[in-house]
Amino acid sequence: MLSRGEQARICGVQGDDAVAVRLMEMGLVEGQTIEHLGAAPLGDPVEYSVCGYRLSLRLSEARRVQVE
Amino acid sequence: MSTVAEPASLLTVALIGNPNTGKSTLFNALSGSRALTGNYPGVTVEKKISRMTCGDRAVDLIDLPGTYSLAPRTLDEMVAVNVLLGKQSDVRAPDVVICIVDASNIERNLYLVSQVLDMALPTIVVLNMCDVAAARGIQIDVPALSKRLGLPVIKTEAHRKRGLDELRSTIVSVAAVAPTHHLDRPPIFPAAFAAECEQLGAMLTSLGKPQTPYFLLERLLLDVGGYLEGHFVDGQASQLTAHLVGARERLAAQGVKVPAAEARLRYEWIRNILEGVLTRPASRPVTVSDKLDSFLTHRVAGLVVFALLMLGMFQAIYTGAKPLMELCDAGKDRVGNVVGGWLPAGMLNSLVVDGIIGGVGAVLVFLPQITLLFLFMAILEDCGYMARAAFLVDRLMTRLGLSGKSFVPLMSSFACAVPGILATRVIENRRDRMTTILVAPLMSCSARQPVYVLMATAFVPATTVLGGWQLPTLVVFGMTFLGALVAVPIAWLLKKTVFRGETPPFVMELPSYKWPSPGVIFNRVYEQAREFVVRAGTLIMATTVLIWGAGYFPGDHSRVDELTAQIEALQADPTRAEEHAEEIDDLVSQQNQMRGQLLEESYLGRFGHAIEPAVRPLGWDWRIGVGVMASFPAREVIVTTLGTIYSLGSSVEADDRNLVSAVQAARWPDGRPVYNVPVAVSIMVFFALCAQCASTLLVIRRETNSWRWPVFTFCYMTALAYLGALLAYQIGRLWS
Repeated sequence: MLSRGEQARICGVQGDDAVAVRLMEMGLVEGQTIEHLGAAPLGDPVEYSVCGYRLSLRLSEARRVQVE
Repeated sequence: MSTVAEPASLLTVALIGNPNTGKSTLFNALSGSRALTGNYPGVTVEKKISRMTCGDRAVDLIDLPGTYSLAPRTLDEMVAVNVLLGKQSDVRAPDVVICIVDASNIERNLYLVSQVLDMALPTIVVLNMCDVAAARGIQIDVPALSKRLGLPVIKTEAHRKRGLDELRSTIVSVAAVAPTHHLDRPPIFPAAFAAECEQLGAMLTSLGKPQTPYFLLERLLLDVGGYLEGHFVDGQASQLTAHLVGARERLAAQGVKVPAAEARLRYEWIRNILEGVLTRPASRPVTVSDKLDSFLTHRVAGLVVFALLMLGMFQAIYTGAKPLMELCDAGKDRVGNVVGGWLPAGMLNSLVVDGIIGGVGAVLVFLPQITLLFLFMAILEDCGYMARAAFLVDRLMTRLGLSGKSFVPLMSSFACAVPGILATRVIENRRDRMTTILVAPLMSCSARQPVYVLMATAFVPATTVLGGWQLPTLVVFGMTFLGALVAVPIAWLLKKTVFRGETPPFVMELPSYKWPSPGVIFNRVYEQAREFVVRAGTLIMATTVLIWGAGYFPGDHSRVDELTAQIEALQADPTRAEEHAEEIDDLVSQQNQMRGQLLEESYLGRFGHAIEPAVRPLGWDWRIGVGVMASFPAREVIVTTLGTIYSLGSSVEADDRNLVSAVQAARWPDGRPVYNVPVAVSIMVFFALCAQCASTLLVIRRETNSWRWPVFTFCYMTALAYLGALLAYQIGRLWS
């Protein structure tokens, strides 16, 4: 898991269910850079920057994204 | 479907794109006139078509719902695919597809473009929001991009109406040329994949299926457990499933592992296309939107702004609409009086005044609230704040089994469930949306207030408790939150039973902030309001007339009409009216008495008597039963119905002193008072939880495109209300 302000390269998404497919469709694929921008008031969901846009993911979904 | 033959023939153009690309703005800018909206049959997807002209050609522009991908998981998502492939029976096959792309976010937007390209349709790529991209230092070599894609690429700024003429002429020129395969475009999938698609196609033909389009074969292979698999496998289960499993295994052996391979290959293809075409600054510049976000999604500041916005919006809907609603109501009474004066007393008079004009009033009275709520929603949505609102409260709402996007619709339902249900359109997951729609009517709307006020004023002792609070006020306050409290377990239960399934992902884009576009907002508000009046309105009116009929027939109203004529004759002359003031009062009370009796003898009254055994355990007599039934079109009607039953006439208000004393004086045949505190609480609880609102039910019908859900809502809420009232009365009786 990244913490606020951290950047990393994505190396894959866990699983091959609908959620995983959705994450990949949104650009969370191998080789992309992802940055943690901040969390909502209760710590979940989290705001990321990927492919040059802002994306919000719940922690349960963010855990699926594997980074180097 | 060739349109080359006649130059003046109608063209069909489909517009598709990611959400937040300015698609609606482009749609409005191109068509100018208002769109025809409706639903595609059998689904909740909105159909939006507008007629425009490109040069000398008439063009039907179809606006498809914003989407990130064309991999259909549900029937709703299949609609866009069917429209593009010309398989949607009520829409002509498109001659041209316009794919709108956000230039500041081109990489992810090209994902959808790459899927549309697989359909091999004449396609135009529109690069919108180039100004935003330029401000971020993003440069796109448009001719190079066009050459690599083998398609026309047009730059537009839809909100400034720039680039539209070029787009119009391109539509005509693209439609005139037969689609060709651009071999210079690099392939997305390796040759092995295309071969598998061909094999699958041959296999389906051998099973007796008609020729399947290449795009659908591709989706069948790629979407494990997708909509198409379920659709095709139906019937030839074993053979096709076995083939798909085998094909996917063969593909995996060649390095195309389904489903992960699709996104990987498409993004790889996009990277190759954009290589040398797209120049981005080394470090992303901090934009105004970023600065706003650091404040608006901040843990503390963000919540404060959110709470203030919601409070302001709620206040505006609740109180801002009030004068307009009162105006509607007064207008209805005025028209009723005038028309009632023209028509001779009798059934026609009553039908027109109480049935039809009352029905029209019942529809129009919602308009101010709906319009205001939609104005707020459209502004918040269009400027990009709605996604932030969902982001801020998502954690809270997931605890209830809902998502952050359910918050605003549910909160709006505290003013009125009708606009609240219409507002659920922003929730794209069907199960989340349905659950939100089904619990929205439990939120205590403003129509319940008169019932609470009448009951609390009459029966709750006006003592002061808890340091200065009036007990009746506290009771009304408690009733207001009872529904929301009950909604929590109901939503949880619905998510566990009827709408069971895995938690939908909350993968949500937080779009850049932008100034809302007045045109888009005006159109959206106008369409919603018009649709409510036309679609739900007619049904609401029909219900009102039906209930009027049940309460009017089969009694003989000739004496009442005679009295009306007498009263009018006396009132016609002001001097005589003064002399005969007492006589008039006497006639009016006679008339009210008669009306009460007629209601008791009507079908509605007989039905009320018939169901008395059923409502007895709630502590009710037949009069309350009739009141509850007559209030099916709208809850607040119970106040006027009780007015009629207690012979006070129908123009009573909830805090009318005569009505309060009449209900206090009501007795059972054995002399016990009908109403006491437990009965009053039982009635309030019933109204807090019941679905006595035809408008809400008919809007549910409209939004879910099925009668099943309004019936379900009515049944579950009535059962809940009955149980709640039973508990309240029985426990209350033990207490007192």
